[in-house]
Amino acid sequence: MTLLDKFKPLEEARDKLRALGTYPFGVTIEKILSPTEAVIHGRKVILAGTNNYLGLTFHPECIAAAIQALKEQGCGTTGSRMANGNYADHLALEREFAEFYRKPFCVVFSTGYQANLALLSTLAGAGDVILLDADCHASIYDGCRLSQAEVIRFRHNDVEDLKKRLRRLGERAARTLIVVEGIYSMLGDMAPLKEIAALKQEYGAYLMVDEAHSLGVLGEYGRGLVEATGVEDQADFIVGTFSKSLGGIGGFCVSAHRELDVLRYAARPYIFTASSSPAAIAATRVALRLLRDGTELRARLWQHARRFRQGLENLGLKLGPILSPVVAILLGESREQALFIWHQLLSRGVYVNLVMPPATPDARCLLRCSLSAAHSDQQIDRCLEVFAEVFSAYGSA
Amino acid sequence: MKTYQEIVGELIAVIHALTPEVKALDENTELIGNLGLDSMKVMNLIQEVEDRFDVSIPLNVLPDVRTIGDLALKIHLLLQSHDSAR
Repeated sequence: MTLLDKFKPLEEARDKLRALGTYPFGVTIEKILSPTEAVIHGRKVILAGTNNYLGLTFHPECIAAAIQALKEQGCGTTGSRMANGNYADHLALEREFAEFYRKPFCVVFSTGYQANLALLSTLAGAGDVILLDADCHASIYDGCRLSQAEVIRFRHNDVEDLKKRLRRLGERAARTLIVVEGIYSMLGDMAPLKEIAALKQEYGAYLMVDEAHSLGVLGEYGRGLVEATGVEDQADFIVGTFSKSLGGIGGFCVSAHRELDVLRYAARPYIFTASSSPAAIAATRVALRLLRDGTELRARLWQHARRFRQGLENLGLKLGPILSPVVAILLGESREQALFIWHQLLSRGVYVNLVMPPATPDARCLLRCSLSAAHSDQQIDRCLEVFAEVFSAYGSA
Repeated sequence: MKTYQEIVGELIAVIHALTPEVKALDENTELIGNLGLDSMKVMNLIQEVEDRFDVSIPLNVLPDVRTIGDLALKIHLLLQSHDSAR
């Protein structure tokens, strides 16, 4: 047994999937044409699995701001903010996020993954407890692993199960951080946040909400599920990413707790990494303004989500539990069959995400689609035609 | 409070219901090695066990749990700590 032998099973699994055709976990985008179209295998495809909810990746104002920052400030910052200093635009973006959420404190991170790593590994230490929803994203689980806290899962979206676990903790509930997401990335469902916030108040715990998929998507001003459910004051820490509705890359956390600002000096994923490039920050500043003023974009996104879901329901497919811009099509347990269907969709010009266990909530594979405000009705209807062709020919089991 | 042996007995009953094809279960039976449970089934088992004993088993302790006896020991310790906290 050598150091590298452990990779053999993974390599074999990858090669087995590769032998069946285009490898689904690393598709080459030969040319990106717009927020909703790309060239893959030499042909134009509709992108229906990109998380580009507001379609801002090609917005001319974002691009212009990024170009200007690139010219004036260079390609990168070449180091961490603690060592190399804060670029004025990074601080400006933090102020703008804080104002947007009407919270006094904000920290911007280089990625959304690092935001979760930094928050969870630093907020909860030895003797503390993290109570997380079982379906939370891998970045949340990884943050938990970096912390010294006791980590307990509660059943997905199960308020009674959460209550039971808070009760069991007794006085330790006051040292507990509850972690949930606004929209869950695989099934597109939402946390019962009002009830969870009420429990947090009742037991004196703390609440962290990851709005990665709900920022810009939910709430009148796009502040996510906390805004849509009216619990902004009860959410102690709100985290999110720039890489979905903001069309860039980075992460943030806002809070009313002044300790968030002190966390900069303790959070290793913040301290020991290079800060975001000036171009990424400049584009995100513009995108945040567009998101805040994006009532029309949100309306279009939801209109597209309704149109797409209705079409899939008419085909008799098994879907995720609620209307959402994230649409999960539940397949069977056969990986080969799931891969075959995914290939058929791609070869007919529709790109979606193929998800297999253990990344799925249970033993089934699923196709994960995400809608964009930038899709046209024609693109959505074309996707539905392709789904109808493929599923009527090959079934979904 | 339940003894370690009582917990082992109850765990065997729960696991037997989940894997009726496995006849011989004792405290040395390995959850993954002998029962062939994958990580998802282990998590489902843990949830069921948590309800039965009214405890929350932290994810942090799971890497140390290989056998039914290991799991019983963790539950025993959790029940003890709950009792002393009351």
